[in-house]
Amino acid sequence: MTAEHKLFAYAPAPESRSVVDIAPSYGLFVDGEFTEAADGKVFKSVAPATEEVLSEVARAGEADVERAVAAARRAFTSWSALPGAERGKYLFRIARIIQERSRELAVLETLDNGKPIRETRDADLPLVAAHFFYYAGWADKLGYAGFGPDPKPLGVAGQVIPWNFPLLMLAWKIAPALACGNTVVLKPAETTPLSALFFADICRQAGLPRGVVNILPGYGDAGAALVAHPDVDKVAFTGSTAVGKEIARSVAGTDKRLTLELGGKGANIVFDDAPVDQAVEGIVGGIFFNQGQVCCAGSRLLVQESVADEVLDALKRRLATLRLGDPLDKNTDIGAINSAEQLARITELADAGDAEGAQRWTAPCELPDSGYWFAPTLFTGVTQAHRVAREEIFGPVLSVLTFRTPAEAVAKANNTPYGLSAGVWTEKGSRILAMADRLRAGVVWANTFNKFDPTSPFGGYKESGFGREGGRHGLEAYLR
Amino acid sequence: MTQADARLSVLKTYKLYVGGKFPRSESGRVYEVTDAKGRWLANAPRASRKDARDAVVAARKAVAGWSGATAYNRGQVLYRVAEMLQGRREQYVAEVADAEGLSKAKSAAQVDAAIDRWVWYAGWTDKVAQVAGGGNPVAGPYFNISAPEPTGVVAVVAPQESALLGLVSVLAPVIATGNAAVVVAAEERPLPALSLAEVLATSDVPGGVVNVLSGRTAEIAPTLAAHQDVNAIDLTGADAELARELEVAAADNLKRVLRPRQPYDWTADPGTGRLTAFLETKTVWHPTGSLGVSGSAY
Repeated sequence: MTAEHKLFAYAPAPESRSVVDIAPSYGLFVDGEFTEAADGKVFKSVAPATEEVLSEVARAGEADVERAVAAARRAFTSWSALPGAERGKYLFRIARIIQERSRELAVLETLDNGKPIRETRDADLPLVAAHFFYYAGWADKLGYAGFGPDPKPLGVAGQVIPWNFPLLMLAWKIAPALACGNTVVLKPAETTPLSALFFADICRQAGLPRGVVNILPGYGDAGAALVAHPDVDKVAFTGSTAVGKEIARSVAGTDKRLTLELGGKGANIVFDDAPVDQAVEGIVGGIFFNQGQVCCAGSRLLVQESVADEVLDALKRRLATLRLGDPLDKNTDIGAINSAEQLARITELADAGDAEGAQRWTAPCELPDSGYWFAPTLFTGVTQAHRVAREEIFGPVLSVLTFRTPAEAVAKANNTPYGLSAGVWTEKGSRILAMADRLRAGVVWANTFNKFDPTSPFGGYKESGFGREGGRHGLEAYLR
Repeated sequence: MTQADARLSVLKTYKLYVGGKFPRSESGRVYEVTDAKGRWLANAPRASRKDARDAVVAARKAVAGWSGATAYNRGQVLYRVAEMLQGRREQYVAEVADAEGLSKAKSAAQVDAAIDRWVWYAGWTDKVAQVAGGGNPVAGPYFNISAPEPTGVVAVVAPQESALLGLVSVLAPVIATGNAAVVVAAEERPLPALSLAEVLATSDVPGGVVNVLSGRTAEIAPTLAAHQDVNAIDLTGADAELARELEVAAADNLKRVLRPRQPYDWTADPGTGRLTAFLETKTVWHPTGSLGVSGSAY
């Protein structure tokens, strides 16, 4: 470490772990009770920053899916018959309890996922509570939502969520489902099951009737069994495009309703008149938020040729100041990659960038000895044919391409099977609107990036999936 | 026998409608179309998989212009379709009566309902964005708006029974919002669809916005369902087995799928479901900033 780095070294400022009490083992949450898996299988949940085993969790299998769907079906009759106002009050309770326990949940999420406490504390948890609060208010107003005067719930929703925003994805799935009168069986990701199990406890505290929410920690086999279960009326999945396609095939010919929120390869487009410092902040937030493990990440930087050098210099200067390390440290910007498997995937794709002739630049930072880490990385000299420009890396790797004209920017931005997000940076209002019009993406951030809100519909075009989560639009997936 | 009876009428050669032109099938194939009583009506082109791919190319070419037209303009074009159909009402009454084996009065009711359906959707073109979109009150200093956009190229497996009213009921909502369509006409009753193409061609509907293929549904539809440049598929006219097969193929590039929901009552209020089935919601954010002299411009 150089003297200059030492001069600006921060003292450690870790958030206390004592606020959260992780039990040595957890069961499945079925019909209001924690139970072992039918076949007694368990798996370990590991802290990606330290590889410490946090807890041993029951692993759901087919028999458990059967049990959970049956519990959700039993609960559906009375839950859907409740007046909307009463259902809403349960959700309001949940929102309030999440607020009360938000520090505990933030620390838990940071431990189990590896993302910085700054993000779980300031982004994930406030959004989780807000999401429940928002949909709570819809529960008794569904007739005004534009889906007919007396819309009905679908029944049992089978929901499968990813590991990148474990509790937030749970909120996006469960809040609208319950507000509309459905009951749910949710499978969290195998690397991040803990916050969903804490949520089960919140359901208990809120007095939620048994069976309305069932949580099945497990692997892909449990997810596949859940979406294929004949008594599931609605499937909601967030995850990879490959799995999304499998699910779409598996529900073909059934009456199951389906929404998919899948991968992305978002273009972040910087024009020559953009305010460079603000654009750089947006680029950094766009790709390094949550270590780039974000489906809507701005993973392709399209920068106008005339300002490319200036933007890249500023970007590298900024990246050199990012602090990578202990996710529980309040000064940490870049946390751990969620799993060894994901780290291997990122490494493989980055190596493909080298092999295909793009130039790699890595932010100068030391990586901790244990845990899963990947330093913020840029590739320049990237062509549209390169894998790092085409494939979702889902890590802190930014591919930089250039363009000359707005038309070229649009063509390059849209040259992907994905269509989840895009960013535009320019001072010219008409150009923002023209670009927003032509970009084939479900969310367009202009002079900002990676902003989320419960009132704002989120979801993709093309192979980024279909259906919207959030806002009035998010109700449609759970009503008939 | 009067002189008029003695005159041999001029029969129409029915053709496909692709990219605003009326080609025969590239395969050179035709098949016999009969009326409800089995009497020969015409030889319809039996479209091939190549014809289906050509139609997708034509539809894709048309998307930019049609989706970029103003909603008001699209509304006027759709209304023009109603006007043209009204002018040729008697022709369609006869064709629908032949195709569906209806009395003249019942057939006329179908044609009138089809004309009115174009009017219904003509009025929707510049309203659906307000009904399906809007501003979102996000908790922060951002302007945030959601608006629907057409998904792109939509393959439409037209209803097999209702040759005109059913067809119009599935086609008009697809194009009202700015999509381009490739229609697989009712297999046994394709003539009203092929004739509708003549109306579309003279109604200022740009070439390629609607493409009509006749032939074997089970031969043409799988090509469209598997086509990587088709964004969505309406399975209304597919039977359960074919619909499942098409939905599986459609998953390959995650087409938006509208499943069949038998039975259909085409005389009922159509609602907005078929309009919104082929729309994407785009949400745009921008900082609202402040007017202060210090601090960020955003």
